[in-house]
Amino acid sequence: MSVSEEIPGAREARAICATRSNDPSMLLEILHDLQVRVGHIPGESVPILADCLNLSKAEVYGVVSFYHDFRTEPGAPITVRICQAEACRSMGAEALTERLLSRYGVSLSEISAAGVTFEPVYCLGNCALAPAAMVDGALIGRADGAAVDAAIAEAGR
Amino acid sequence: MSLVLFVPDDAAAVSVGADRVAAALAVAAEERGLDLRLVRNGSRGMLWLEPLVEWDGPDGRMAFGPVAPDEAGSLLDAISSGTGHPRALGPTEEIDYLKNQERLTFARVGVIDPLSVRDFEAHGGLEGLKTALTMTEEAICEAVLQSGLRGRGGAGFPAGIKWHTVREQAQAEKYICCNADEGDSGTFADRMLMEGDPFTLLEGMVIAGFATGARQGIVYIRSEYPHAISKMTRAIEALEEAGWLGGNIRGSGKDFRVSIRRGAGAYICGEESSMLNSIEGRRGTVRSKPPIPAIHGLFGKPTVVNNVLTLATVPVVLAKGAEFYKDFGMGRSRGTQAFQLAGNIRRGGLVEKAFGVTIRELIETFGGGTATGRPFRTAQLGGPLGAYVSEEMLDLPMDYEALAEHKAMLGHGGITVFDETVDMAEMARFAFEFCEEESCGKCTPCRIGAVRGRETVEKILRGENVARNIALIEDLCELMTDGSLCAMGGLTPMPVLSAILLFPEDFDRASALAAE
Repeated sequence: MSVSEEIPGAREARAICATRSNDPSMLLEILHDLQVRVGHIPGESVPILADCLNLSKAEVYGVVSFYHDFRTEPGAPITVRICQAEACRSMGAEALTERLLSRYGVSLSEISAAGVTFEPVYCLGNCALAPAAMVDGALIGRADGAAVDAAIAEAGR
Repeated sequence: MSLVLFVPDDAAAVSVGADRVAAALAVAAEERGLDLRLVRNGSRGMLWLEPLVEWDGPDGRMAFGPVAPDEAGSLLDAISSGTGHPRALGPTEEIDYLKNQERLTFARVGVIDPLSVRDFEAHGGLEGLKTALTMTEEAICEAVLQSGLRGRGGAGFPAGIKWHTVREQAQAEKYICCNADEGDSGTFADRMLMEGDPFTLLEGMVIAGFATGARQGIVYIRSEYPHAISKMTRAIEALEEAGWLGGNIRGSGKDFRVSIRRGAGAYICGEESSMLNSIEGRRGTVRSKPPIPAIHGLFGKPTVVNNVLTLATVPVVLAKGAEFYKDFGMGRSRGTQAFQLAGNIRRGGLVEKAFGVTIRELIETFGGGTATGRPFRTAQLGGPLGAYVSEEMLDLPMDYEALAEHKAMLGHGGITVFDETVDMAEMARFAFEFCEEESCGKCTPCRIGAVRGRETVEKILRGENVARNIALIEDLCELMTDGSLCAMGGLTPMPVLSAILLFPEDFDRASALAAE
């Protein structure tokens, strides 16, 4: 085993790049896959991705930092995304967000003791059933405290 | 004989329990020894009735909704015994909301099994593509041009002109890029189409390929749409298997392949040149134009960039002819638009109508007014970069030019309704905040202007030098409009200025504070 293989995410990064033929245009897909496998994009994986894809470290880092989806630290076990865009605001998304944050005792993007984090999102495409939230990929329409709690409980199982 | 029920697996329907209803129906059918065939269709677009269950009975499709999981047993009993049910809505197609629409692009959405090629073909699918196979490249482009079809992504550029331009480029490699980065709040038609009738979009892309000489298509779908990504992925496989996608399509000697790229949560990637950078694996920053993508697009090659609904409308244009399509609409807005009723609205959902329908008809006749029952205050048309309209403007027709004359924008056809509790100064602040959050950062008017704009509205909210700060915002908006590279910075002034113009009382914070 070479030294680089001990770096977090190194093996996964190389393997994923290989399945995408080390094609630099596939960088976003590769980052998505890496985040699914490792949970985040470890900073140490950036030079490895750059090496595999024949890009500069700056180019890879630039992409990782540009897109909201990619995180460089491990995320919470359960992520609740609450839509903050206009359609959801018209149905009280701000008040819902405030209530949830105060009940779970966290601010946005902070991880609660129970491992839940709330993230803002701008539009989940469920604007006729506002407000909308997404708990670990499960979309909730007409979201209220009870529906979000139930989805969090479900996701925790 | 088996009992055939339709339960949508559209993300919106699932968000209010469609999966639980489907599971409950399966259990209840088993308990009753019924041979149930459950079809997971797209949504009919009457989203306030979701989960909407349909029974394919002797008199056609009968609707029930909204159905709760614990009503599954009583629903099956009512159907088996021919008695009534409190959720019964009668024949689906007779429901006013649906009956009064003109569905061309969405003709099959909610009707068919989205992943059955046979079902698709039985309902008129592939007819446009079969017609295209008999036509020259130039004739296809010309039909699209003659139909008057304009880009449904919001800008409204004639699709036929774009296609002709790409066709005329001599390069061997060309691309068809479908923009499915539907990030505007108040819009969900692209998502519904991809989930409810994905083959239609693919059919449109193949036709675009045949029309321009491109052999490669890419659908760029935002990561916030996992259901659509999964549905489109399976649709590509199914259409390849059926021989309508891939190499030597149906023995024609023509190839066309489609792949999917996921976005990564950047609103700006809905702007076409940002999207192209993103597909190339780069930061989604805007490119300067010219050159236009039709000449210098993806990987520097000639590229058609069209919205989901533009491409998904092409099959009906070719199947029924340019004249048929052109007959719908008004002025230079030809055909139909998939209007989306969103936000604080009683009957939210999708209404496909010919251009020319008034805002009032959509909000009141179809939408039934606000969801809260409080008086209507405003609606934002065309997403976060669109203008707010006042009550007095509701009789304007939905038409690109008529709205532009009144400093409003049709955009993607989204209508987000607000009741009287909305604070328009707060919405103006939010418009700048959103721009600040989502700006790609390439040009200064957008990157810095958004921050300064938000700060200045915050001063107004605190009642500081209101008149001077409003003048400052108007000046800033002029600069952003004139100096931004793309619509993000260029159109953020639309919601801001319309709020100031139509609802000045909400900005009069100084006197409000003094009165306290």
